[in-house]
Amino acid sequence: MNTANQYLKAIYLVQRMDDGPAATGRVADSLDVSPASANEMIGKLEERGLAEHEKYKGVTLTDDGIARAESALQTYCIIERFLANVLGVEEFRDEAKELEPVIDETVAERLDTIIDREDQCPDCFDAEADACCYLAGTCEEASD
Amino acid sequence: MSVDQQVDSDHQLARLLQIGVVLEEVVEARAYRHYQSLAEEDRDLEADVEALLEDAAEESARHREQLEELVDALDADSIPFEDVETLVEARYGRTKPEDFDGVLYDQLCNEETAYKFYDDLIDAIDASDAAFTLDRDRVLSVLTAIRDDEAEGVEEVTRIMEARE
Repeated sequence: MNTANQYLKAIYLVQRMDDGPAATGRVADSLDVSPASANEMIGKLEERGLAEHEKYKGVTLTDDGIARAESALQTYCIIERFLANVLGVEEFRDEAKELEPVIDETVAERLDTIIDREDQCPDCFDAEADACCYLAGTCEEASD
Repeated sequence: MSVDQQVDSDHQLARLLQIGVVLEEVVEARAYRHYQSLAEEDRDLEADVEALLEDAAEESARHREQLEELVDALDADSIPFEDVETLVEARYGRTKPEDFDGVLYDQLCNEETAYKFYDDLIDAIDASDAAFTLDRDRVLSVLTAIRDDEAEGVEEVTRIMEARE
């Protein structure tokens, strides 16, 4: 997954958690990068029509940005599920983060053929738990 | 979350190689199943497709063994490969026969996906200055050879697809 997609996914999840525009600081925190780096990338996403940034409010994804973010989140879910369910990795969150930049969407699609994923993916992703709610066991809380 | 596309540790390298093993397993199973699904009479007509699928399954098995050797040398945590094999087999045991174009297209996706995986992995190792237990040149040379096989595979499937048009 490329860097832009990782940012789109992070913005998407922060927006969902905060139910509004994503503050640059929150995006930077979730990616563990400096606010300056986040600002720079958000500017690039804006130029590409994937996000809109409003001063003092934060960043909001456009429809194109949302589509790309959902696809990136789905890839991330596949990696987590694959690690947890197929390879039996307990620390699947940490490992998924490490592997995410190196695993392409097409590769994830092939891995997806041997895992059971819910149809509503990636809507079932629980941002607080940093995992699909079925994997994290938080589905009831997530639907409240 | 890391936003760097690089491999920083033995553990991460081993995990990526293990993913490569599973990918090869999936590809091998798909090619084998497709081959099995072709009716006897069709096989006679489509000898080049049959040969392609047979070669693909053999090649994946070879790649899988090469990757496993690297993983073993890294002394990484073992993963239940027998379970993975059973899982993959169970999935593709249910695969229904498809027509030749579907089989070829699927094989093309297999080869392209594998190529992309190894290409990204080689880039990620190149981008890292981490010291691995395994000799970096050995890892890169195995992965580059496998990637080149996949590139040849893409060309081969494309050639057959074009000849059928």
